[in-house]
Amino acid sequence: MIITILDVVISGLLLGGIYAVTAVGLSLQYGVARVLNIAHGEFIMLGAFITFSLYTKVGINPLISFAICGPVVFAVGFVLYRTLFTRLRTSSPTAGAFEGNSMLACFGLLFIIQNVAILIWGADIKGYSYLAFPVDFWGARFAANRLVTLGFALAICLVFYLFLANTRLGKAIRAAAQDPETAGLMGVRINQVLALCFGFGALMAGLGGALISMSYKIEPTMGLEYTMIALIVIVLGGLGSILGSFVGGLVLGLVGSIVTHIEPGLSLVAYYVIFMLLLLIKPTGILGK
Amino acid sequence: MEKKTSKKGIILGVILVILGALVPLFAPVYTVILLTSILMYMTIAVSWTLFSGPTGYISLASAAFFGAGIYTAAIVGMALPLPLVIVAGALASFCVALLVGALTLRLKGIYFVMFTFGLVELLLHFILWWEVTISGTTGRVVPPAGNAIVFYTMLIIFVILLLTVFFIRRSRYGLALLSIGENEEAASHAGVHVTALKVIVYAISALFMGAAGAAMATRWTYIDPKIAFNPLISFMPVLMAIFGGIRPLYGPIIGAAIFTYLEEFLLTRFPYHYMLIFGIIMVVAILYMPDGLIGLTQRVWKKISRRRYADT
Repeated sequence: MIITILDVVISGLLLGGIYAVTAVGLSLQYGVARVLNIAHGEFIMLGAFITFSLYTKVGINPLISFAICGPVVFAVGFVLYRTLFTRLRTSSPTAGAFEGNSMLACFGLLFIIQNVAILIWGADIKGYSYLAFPVDFWGARFAANRLVTLGFALAICLVFYLFLANTRLGKAIRAAAQDPETAGLMGVRINQVLALCFGFGALMAGLGGALISMSYKIEPTMGLEYTMIALIVIVLGGLGSILGSFVGGLVLGLVGSIVTHIEPGLSLVAYYVIFMLLLLIKPTGILGK
Repeated sequence: MEKKTSKKGIILGVILVILGALVPLFAPVYTVILLTSILMYMTIAVSWTLFSGPTGYISLASAAFFGAGIYTAAIVGMALPLPLVIVAGALASFCVALLVGALTLRLKGIYFVMFTFGLVELLLHFILWWEVTISGTTGRVVPPAGNAIVFYTMLIIFVILLLTVFFIRRSRYGLALLSIGENEEAASHAGVHVTALKVIVYAISALFMGAAGAAMATRWTYIDPKIAFNPLISFMPVLMAIFGGIRPLYGPIIGAAIFTYLEEFLLTRFPYHYMLIFGIIMVVAILYMPDGLIGLTQRVWKKISRRRYADT
């Protein structure tokens, strides 16, 4: 019994770590850059496939390929914001119009990225085996790669949190999150900061994807599901709250693991039910004011 | 001014519908099928605009309502004649929308968008689980109807929808909907039953999406949850309505016609790259025509007329 509970809790945290990383990314993009990025999952998918290719074709260790796929995905996000979204932001009459237009643009991006990926990698399900040996954990057994994944997920979130809390750029990002207009007046280069935020959001998605590829099967159409999960997590944690997204990710991972233990097919349904209940009862999220 | 244009519009509409009704008599099968698809998207786009246009609530649940219609048709299709299948699909959607609307329409802005988007995936995964574990199937077969029959069914649904939209817009409920979009609290103080009105109109718009779904199910004949609940159906009406223009009734109709034809054209010419090209067109359309086709023509017109004044 205790082993079962331990089993469920630890697999929940393993799943939750990944959810947390991707959700922190989406939270930056929506909370600061004001883009409800429906294509978030596509950046996750890109990170996963870049890592997959680097490992299977070139033989680069997935943990090292973080250093390659991270910057690549970051650059894609940054350039997209500087070109596409900055233009949309200046041409949209109101903040609401920008939210609507940018969401539709993201839906277009979703198709573009997904189909480019299908052209490059094909539409099949792929996967590789890395650090797949079992590790004993007080009697419960886990694949080593999943433990490494959890460790990295926590480390990525921690580093990012410290970055936001302690650096000048982090402060600028937090200021822009509160009020972009005023932050601009206070000398924050707002277009630059928002683009960086979108880039960082993409970076987190890419790293999340790299982590996912280490323990799960990947396919070019996997994005939408992860987008939905990240959306649920940021609502769970309160829109725009980085810490909330982190906690929300772990909570959702635990829920997923408990439901999977009881009825495997229903974990996604359970996420949506939680999501909907939360929106109805407390739309500001568990850590929201 | 308003009255005059709407009178001209009515005459034009009646002529178009009569011409459309004659199409299956002489046109090749391909044209009939293409027109059916166009009518389907027109129905979805116009019913989306019926609610989301005036109120400003962006609903991404179209795929859920459309899918509910499809799935109902798949369940009752063997037992009932076609008209009843359509009615069943419409009613199923109507009920789903009533429930969802009553639960969610107090959510504002982006929360409503997220909720409605989540609804599609919720229904998809729930039905997928239900089919696999409880009824033990993954797909269902709908008794097929002939191309011309599906076409006329869609045409009838579309005409009823147009009449409904026309009368709602001209009634005081249309004005009340607009006032909700302008300022919900003020509307409520002015005596509009805000919640009841929103829920009912939302359900009416879902009714037509469900009917369209049920009609299309008889053409597709094989249905599984992934076909029925395609998130693309949620985004297309938004795109079509924005592209064509949300305010006038003909806006989403034009948008639907253009995008469906475009989809069909790309699908036949570039079967492997069509979604990619479609994505690019979507992004470009939003970038360069945020106010839609009508906004674009207005802008071009303004430029031309300004130049004319500058010359003189």
